[in-house]
Amino acid sequence: MRFMLEQSLAQPTGEPLATEASAEHWQALAAADGSTFLPPTRGTVYGTLLNHRDALAALEDQVNAAPYKAPPKAPILYIKPRNTMVGHHVPVVVPADAPELEIGATLGIVIGRTASRVVEAQALAFVAGYTVVNDISVPHASVYRPSMRFKCRDGFCPIGPAIVARALVPDPDALDIDVAIDGATVQRSRTAGLVRPVARLIADVTDFMTLFPGDVLTVGVAAHAPRAQAGQTVTITIHGVGKLENTLVAGGAE
Amino acid sequence: MKRARVAYGGAIHDAVEHGAGVRLTDGRVLAEDAVVWLPPFEPETIIALGLNYADHVKELSKELTVTAKDEPLAFLKSPGALIGHRAQTRRPADATFMHYECELAVVIGRSAKQVSRADALNYVAGYTVANDYAIRDYLENYYRPNLRVKNRDTCTVLGPWLVDAADVPDPHALALRTLVNGTVTQQGNTSDMISDIPALIEYLSSFMTLAPGDVILTGTPDGVINVNVGDEVVTEIDGIGRLVNTIVGDALFGR
Repeated sequence: MRFMLEQSLAQPTGEPLATEASAEHWQALAAADGSTFLPPTRGTVYGTLLNHRDALAALEDQVNAAPYKAPPKAPILYIKPRNTMVGHHVPVVVPADAPELEIGATLGIVIGRTASRVVEAQALAFVAGYTVVNDISVPHASVYRPSMRFKCRDGFCPIGPAIVARALVPDPDALDIDVAIDGATVQRSRTAGLVRPVARLIADVTDFMTLFPGDVLTVGVAAHAPRAQAGQTVTITIHGVGKLENTLVAGGAE
Repeated sequence: MKRARVAYGGAIHDAVEHGAGVRLTDGRVLAEDAVVWLPPFEPETIIALGLNYADHVKELSKELTVTAKDEPLAFLKSPGALIGHRAQTRRPADATFMHYECELAVVIGRSAKQVSRADALNYVAGYTVANDYAIRDYLENYYRPNLRVKNRDTCTVLGPWLVDAADVPDPHALALRTLVNGTVTQQGNTSDMISDIPALIEYLSSFMTLAPGDVILTGTPDGVINVNVGDEVVTEIDGIGRLVNTIVGDALFGR
């Protein structure tokens, strides 16, 4: 990962290296010939749970009942392993045991230099840029101790198309996120009003866990995540960051 | 063969076991305390098992809300939490219950997808010892065990050796134990795993592709106790290795 990112870093499939160009260039390339892309980073992807106030509110009084027993205190994180990471325009296989998948549209914070015990006021200086993440799940109700089967399937973390330099995203806490399925908008959310805005999240996470260049920390998914089925195309647009599109395809028996 | 990765003389080296300590690939033979020990390979996806020994399930039963289980309790960790043999692990000043976990770590050697139990051990490159600390003060009931408990910097110790699978005829007949300041505090045997290694590889590869460098920490038996600053914690598995770690306080980290 290059800390000195100025434009937008991406790697079309078949290119030997990720290179920088304008976001418009990558979008135009993808639109012109349907190019597929590699994930723009190979770092560890950390998902953040219940960081949207509406997602937390959707649990209502459940947070005080078993098994949760109390609202979350520290950031609640999980890991999307490397087998889940695919790039823009790469088809995502819907497992045979899941009739539909939950589409987790979220902003990915891409770390640019090693971040340990970062204070909130300086946190953004550790960010290389931002990208679009589709944190796909097999729908599941409980977040107490979810099985890895729900979030760790091959291809369940489309990411990209590019990492957009931090300087080109003046306020990561005020971004609009739209999800469209087969072209029809099904969810609109914002990164505004998070329980932990971007800088606060980085500070609280790096208090106990170092983030390394290329690692991705998502800000979390809003409530009422839409679902999609095999044959449908999912497009996540984060205005000012990028448009990530993947088609779901039916898988064989697993 | 027992393989290690060490730092010495301004570079990182692959090394193998030698009667006097380690032998670097360039031929230099060095004492155990002359090198800095790194995790013996660079893990990619790190999978850990909770509650995979029946006696440990009983030990933790007071805090469990689920007793019957129909699939292994697997969770993920990240490479940043790892340290090697003879290193130091930080115990935060506000912790009241921080415990070790001695675990057999299974290292995947080739890409594994939908592997059957009968074929599973053919995908194992080797084995090492893990000491996977938990700080239970930070336990929250969301995505258990939450990363603040289980994925802290310095809190997953791995090594000293990656032992070739060919040199471990039966990975389910290994005595393991933990010693705190020389006293045995935890004992078990890998024969007592609830889900054995072939079952874990079959289960995991049924829904995800495992790749070379991925590692499965197979859980810990009964006998986890609190450790304090200054304690020497040795996690040991017969035939695999003896992994030494020291607990240190916040001051060393400028906190």
